[in-house]
Amino acid sequence: MPSDLVHLYMRIDHLPQMWCPGCGNGVIMRDVAVAIDELIHDEESGVNREDIVIVSGIGCSSRAAGYLDFNSIHTTHGRAIAFASGIKMANPRLHVIVLTGDGDCSAIGGNHLIHAARRNLGLTVIAFNNDIYGMTGGQYSPTTPNGDKATTAPYGNVDRPFDIARLASGAGASFSARGDVYHARETIDIIKQAILHKGFSLVDVYSICPTYYGRKNKKGDAVEMLRWQKENLIPTARYYNMREDERADKKLIGILSYNDYPEYTEEYAKVIARSRESLKKNGGAKT
Amino acid sequence: MYGRKKLMIDPAWCKGCGICAAFCPRQVLAVVNEKVTIQDPDSCVCCGLCEMRCPDYAIWLVNMEE
Amino acid sequence: MSKAVLMQGNEAAVEGAIAAGMRFFAGYPITPSTEIAEMSALRLPQEGGKFIQMEDELASIAAVLGASAAGMKAMTATSGPGFSLMQENLGYGAMAEIPCVVVDVQRAGPSTGLATSPAQGDYMQARWGTHGDHPVIALSPSSVLETYTLIIRAFNLAEKYRTPVIFLMDEIVGHMREGVELPDPRTLLINRRKMSFHDGANKQCYFVPEGEYVPAMKPFGQGERYNITGNAHDESGFPTNSHEIAGRLVTRLLDKIDKNVDDICRVEEYAMDDAETAVVCFGGTARAVMSAVLEARRRGEKVGMFRPITVWPFPEDRLRARLGSLKRILMVEHNHGQMLREVQRTVGGSVSVDFLGRVDGTVITPDEILAKLSEKEGEKHAQ
Repeated sequence: MPSDLVHLYMRIDHLPQMWCPGCGNGVIMRDVAVAIDELIHDEESGVNREDIVIVSGIGCSSRAAGYLDFNSIHTTHGRAIAFASGIKMANPRLHVIVLTGDGDCSAIGGNHLIHAARRNLGLTVIAFNNDIYGMTGGQYSPTTPNGDKATTAPYGNVDRPFDIARLASGAGASFSARGDVYHARETIDIIKQAILHKGFSLVDVYSICPTYYGRKNKKGDAVEMLRWQKENLIPTARYYNMREDERADKKLIGILSYNDYPEYTEEYAKVIARSRESLKKNGGAKT
Repeated sequence: MYGRKKLMIDPAWCKGCGICAAFCPRQVLAVVNEKVTIQDPDSCVCCGLCEMRCPDYAIWLVNMEE
Repeated sequence: MSKAVLMQGNEAAVEGAIAAGMRFFAGYPITPSTEIAEMSALRLPQEGGKFIQMEDELASIAAVLGASAAGMKAMTATSGPGFSLMQENLGYGAMAEIPCVVVDVQRAGPSTGLATSPAQGDYMQARWGTHGDHPVIALSPSSVLETYTLIIRAFNLAEKYRTPVIFLMDEIVGHMREGVELPDPRTLLINRRKMSFHDGANKQCYFVPEGEYVPAMKPFGQGERYNITGNAHDESGFPTNSHEIAGRLVTRLLDKIDKNVDDICRVEEYAMDDAETAVVCFGGTARAVMSAVLEARRRGEKVGMFRPITVWPFPEDRLRARLGSLKRILMVEHNHGQMLREVQRTVGGSVSVDFLGRVDGTVITPDEILAKLSEKEGEKHAQ
C-alpha cells in the first residue's frame, strides 16, 4: 500500500516498476510526479491534471510514461520531442512533458532536441541521463565519458561526450537546467520551474545505472554512485559560493540558462491573425 | 512515529538497493535479507529523505491525523 | 455555389484536405510534393489551422501523429526518399491506432533517382514499407478533381478505422493543372473518429466489443486519461509481453481492414462489361490508358480499363468478378511490375497477364499501350 502520491499519480496495477535495483529512474519519475502534484495544488500555477501530457520515446527512462497516470504516449525511439511538438501545436493549452533518455534525446533524437530548442516551442524535456544504453544491455551513449567502458567500448570509449544541458542552451533553449538523483528536492523545484516556463525547457537529470554503467566502470553500487553525486554535483547556492578552483571538477545542479524568447505557439497564433487580416484585405481571395 | 507522521514500508516493493539506509541521517534503517527494515524507530525524525530517494516507492511517510 | 477553377493536383490535395477538416500539417520540402507544404503554410492559418516545417520527415510524421492524438486531423506530404524515412512511424500509427493522412507524390527512384520525373515505384513500399504485419489503406487519384474528392475519403477512412491512410499520388497528377469544378463543401460527408464518453482514467480505452474493430477514444486534453504505445499492448494501452494478447491485437488490426474491404475498396471500371481485354492501371497512368482504350474501342476492339482507386488493399474481389469474360489483362504502371504481382496473384493463371512498365522517369504514351495491345500475348518486360 504505497504512498498517496503513488496512488494518486501512478498506474499502480503496473508497479513495482521494471527498473533494476538502485536505478535512478524511479527517483526521477517520482520527482516529476511530486513537481506536478505541487503545481496542481498551487492555484496560481494554472496547472491541472487533465492538461498534462507525458510523452516518451524508447529506452529504460521512456517506460515512465506508462507508469504515470496522465495522458501518456510512449512513442518511437528518438521521436518523443517530435510527437510532443505536434501535441503542443494542436493544443497549446496542454503542458507537454517529454521523459526521455540520453540516447533517446541526444543520439537518435538529437536533431529533434536542437530544433525544438531553436523554435522555443513550449515543451518541458526531462532527460533521464544515465550515460549508457540500459535497455539493450550497456552500450555507450553520447554522454558516456571519454575512456569509460561499455559493451560496445570494451577498450574504453573514444567518443567525447555531450553535455545535454549545454547542448540545449547552445541550440537556443530558453530554459536549460541540470538535476540529479541525490538532490531530489532541488531537482523537484527545477522541474516545477521548467514546467511553468513558457518556452522550451530542458532539465538534464543525472541518473544512475548501477547495473550496466556502474558495474562496467567499477563505480560501485547505487549507494556509491549517489555518494559521487552528493560530492560532485553542487546545487546553485553552494556552487556560486565556491572558489573557482573548488568548482573545477564539480557540476552545477540548477538552472544554467534562462531567457524570455517568444514562445512558438504564441508566435504562430500571430501568424493565424496575420493570415486572416490579409484574407480580409484581399476580399476573401484565399490564394 | 515522530509528531503525527509514521514511516511505512512495503517489503514486496523493496528491491534492496540500500539507498534509503545509506543516506538516512539518523541510521534508522538497514537492509536485511535484501529488504529494508526499521532498526531504530525511536530515532526517526520523519525527514522523508528515504521516501524521496527510494527508486521503488517501498518506503514512505503517512500522516496520522486522519 | 461551385465554380470552375484552374488547379494543380498538389493544390487540390490541400484544398480537399482542408475541406475534410485537416487543421494540422507538418512537413519537410521535397520535390515533387513541396507545393503541398507551401499551400498548407498559406491556407491553414486562414482556416485557424497550423502549419509547421519540421527538421526532417522523421519529425514530420511524428508531429502529425502527435497532433492527431491531441485531436486535430493531421497530414504530411512527401516523396519517395521522405516516405522511406516515415515508415517506422507509419507502423506506429497503425499499432497505436492514430488516424492521419500521408501523401506520397511518387518520383523516379531508387534513392534520389530522378527527383522531378514521374514514377509509381512506391506501390509496394506503401504496403510493406514498415516492419511487421500491419493494416494499410492506400488510395491513388488519377486527376486533379479526383485528388480533391479522394483525399476527403482518405481522411474519412483514417478517422473511421483509426489508422494512417496513404494517399499515393504521382508526379503526373501532382504537377498537372486542370480546370475543375469543386463540389460545394456543404455537400461533403465528413467523418469524425469515434469518441468515448469516458472521463478520468480509462483502463479499457482500447476495448472493442465483439463484432467491432475500432476502439472509441477521446483525444488528449479532453478529460479521458489513457496510455498510447507502439509496444504490443492490452486494452488499457499498457505494454504487454503476453503472446496471446499481442496476437489478438495484431489480428484485430488486420481484420479491421480485411473484414471491411467492401467499404474501403473503390474501383473505376470503364467499358468493362463486354471487354475481352482489361488494361489495369492506377494513378496518373490512367490518363494514357484511357486514351488508348478509347482509341481501341473506336477501332472496334473489346478493351476496357480496370483502375483500382483503393490500391491497398488490392481490390481482388472486383477483379476476380471480371475474370469470366476476360481473355487477357494488360498491366500498365510506371515501375518494373509491382501491382502486376497483385494482378497475377488474383487471376492465378486463369487469364494471361501482359505488362507494360517503365523505370526511366518518362511517361508511357497511349501509342505504346496501343502497340502493346496489338502485340500477341507475350512476356513481361520493362523498357
